[in-house]
Amino acid sequence: MAVPLTWYLVLSGILFSIGTVGVLINRNALVIFMSIELMLNAVNLAFVTFSRQQNSMDGQIFVFFIMTVAAAEAVVGLAIIIALFRNKATINVDDINIMKW
Amino acid sequence: MSNPFGDSFLDLICLVLLFPLAGTIINGFLGKRLNKSIVGFVGCAAIGLSFVVAVFVLLDLLKLSPEHRVFEKDYFTWIGSGAFKAIAGLQVDPLSVVMILVVTGVGFLIHVYSIGYMHEDESFYRYFTYLNLFTFSMLLLVLANNFLLMFIGWEGVGLCSYLLIGFWFEKKSASAAGMKAFIVNRVGDFGFILAILLIFVTFGTIDFTEVFHAAPEHLQIGSSVAAIITLLLFVGAVGKSAQIPLYTWLPDAMEGPTPVSALIHAATMVTAGVYMVVRCNVLYTMSPFTMTVVAVIGGATALFAASIGLVQNDIKRVLAYSTVSQIGYMFLACGLGGYITGVFHLVTHAFFKALLFLGSGSVIHGLGGEQDMRKMGALKKFMPITYITFFIGTLAIAGIPPFAGFFSKDEILLEAYTKGNLFFWGLGALAALLTAFYMFRLLFMTFHGNSKMTQHVEEHVHESPMSILFPLIVLAVLSIVGGFLGFPTMSVINEFLAPVIGAGHHGSESHHVSSNLMFSMMGISTGIAIVGIVLAYIMYISKPELPGAIAKRFKGIYNIILNKYFVDEIYDATFVKPTLGVSNLLWKVVDVRIIDGFVNAVGRLTILKGEVLKLSQTGLVRNYALSIMLGGIIIIICSILFL
Repeated sequence: MAVPLTWYLVLSGILFSIGTVGVLINRNALVIFMSIELMLNAVNLAFVTFSRQQNSMDGQIFVFFIMTVAAAEAVVGLAIIIALFRNKATINVDDINIMKW
Repeated sequence: MSNPFGDSFLDLICLVLLFPLAGTIINGFLGKRLNKSIVGFVGCAAIGLSFVVAVFVLLDLLKLSPEHRVFEKDYFTWIGSGAFKAIAGLQVDPLSVVMILVVTGVGFLIHVYSIGYMHEDESFYRYFTYLNLFTFSMLLLVLANNFLLMFIGWEGVGLCSYLLIGFWFEKKSASAAGMKAFIVNRVGDFGFILAILLIFVTFGTIDFTEVFHAAPEHLQIGSSVAAIITLLLFVGAVGKSAQIPLYTWLPDAMEGPTPVSALIHAATMVTAGVYMVVRCNVLYTMSPFTMTVVAVIGGATALFAASIGLVQNDIKRVLAYSTVSQIGYMFLACGLGGYITGVFHLVTHAFFKALLFLGSGSVIHGLGGEQDMRKMGALKKFMPITYITFFIGTLAIAGIPPFAGFFSKDEILLEAYTKGNLFFWGLGALAALLTAFYMFRLLFMTFHGNSKMTQHVEEHVHESPMSILFPLIVLAVLSIVGGFLGFPTMSVINEFLAPVIGAGHHGSESHHVSSNLMFSMMGISTGIAIVGIVLAYIMYISKPELPGAIAKRFKGIYNIILNKYFVDEIYDATFVKPTLGVSNLLWKVVDVRIIDGFVNAVGRLTILKGEVLKLSQTGLVRNYALSIMLGGIIIIICSILFL
């Protein structure tokens, strides 16, 4: 028997945590963006793991959906970042705080 | 008899109402665009036609035998709700015919007069609209065949009275007087409404005929229900007819145009209370207690108002107090059971008081708006026709034979002596003395003596135009001959009105007074009038310094009377001020602070919440991400712990 399931889940958890921390501590919008991708992929990994364990295809179908959504999200997100950069000449999220009271 | 419209003019009674209504509508909606002569013509024609119909109605009514002289016509069911039913219907009987003749006849003359008097006024059409509307309401009041419809007319005349008192609303005192009249009347109307409700509860109907038929079976003479109904009705009459204690609005009502004072506040509307008491005579006769109240209030008002009239200097105010006093006479007569005498005095009073008011209007017009008698005098030579007609009116009100007022006043005094007692007679006689005195004081101060006009006024003083003099002359003739309607022993009006007075009542009609007593009473009342006149002559013609000396001598009393016994001030302190105080409290504390405060507090709380919560909107993306994460963690923890 190859690698146990637990390891996959632990890896998934580590990746998710790295992504989360990345989102929280980074100021660069692009890096935040990449961190989000990391979180999504960590979830994908967990889905595939459980799919395997349960002997069901449901998890893998979810993963496909998530990848599709992630691709679409990347397009929209990058477009926003480019638009922001054109306006403010920065992608530092702390400088982009006009949407408050 | 047949006429082109049907069997009888009685069927056409609604025309009497519809003509003034049509006049109101035409002038009200189109008047602004029509020129003044057309507006005036429409206004007068409406009332004139109404008067013509009323005359034909009278002639038709006279063709019937006296006991059948009641004609009712129902038009439609106005309110039908369960047991309660109000039918819009009119009733013609001798009483209402007398009233519509007075209202349309005197009304017509006053309309004609108004054309001349109000010619300069910019709101000419508005004036005629109101005046026609008033006539309509008044006719509705006297023609209605049930209490509720009468009440509509009752309120209608009150409204028109308010509108016309405040006709020159730019003047603060005029609009205030209008409101005063309206509010004081409201007090009386409240009693009237309660009376209508009680009548419905007691009799199950509000139709005059049915109520008066049912009254002898339903009520016992002297029962408390009868007393309460009649007292409440009388409260309404007191308000409308300006009796103690609700008379204060009438003198202030003189702020309105003078023809209005003549029509509404002398000849017609203020006598509505008398009409109502006479209309309900069946009920009143069943409550001796109320009768006493009516007589006492009437007699007291007659004397009280006459005494105030003694010292007033405004020509219209003297007449106003005189009106209050004369209506007091009518109530005195009614309270003693002499309903017909009351109506008789109502009719003659309408003639001579309208004449006096219109005469004073002519004087005011001639002097360019001056109303203070101390600034008049010697007008006799400037305004001869006004003087002569005014003199006739003064003789009539003072009770000099054979003028109109003599017969009616004498009959009231006779009534007071034979049915009441010496007390009532004394009240009436003293009031008659005062009346003769203050009316001749007015006449002497205005028309005789030396001119006290300012140079400027004296240059412009002139006799009034024909449209003003014509009504004066007609009314003067009526004031001379009007009294013969009720000539003792062969009184036309007594005979005509007798069927209206309920069965079982032994009024002056069936009551025989020895001719000795009658003639001696006549002599005494004429004597009283002459004493009053002589006193006035001494004080204001032969010894003009006397009034001032007397006023100085009895300074206290003089001041009290001059200030109208401080009744207005007392009312102000006891009713107006506390009401204003409470209203202010309700406004400034309860409304502004509590109710508005509560609403505002809700708003302010919302804003405050926003102020606090907006702090979480930092605008920093990472903060939002953190809250999302924390939220996710909390949800996960919760689901692990609780699911």
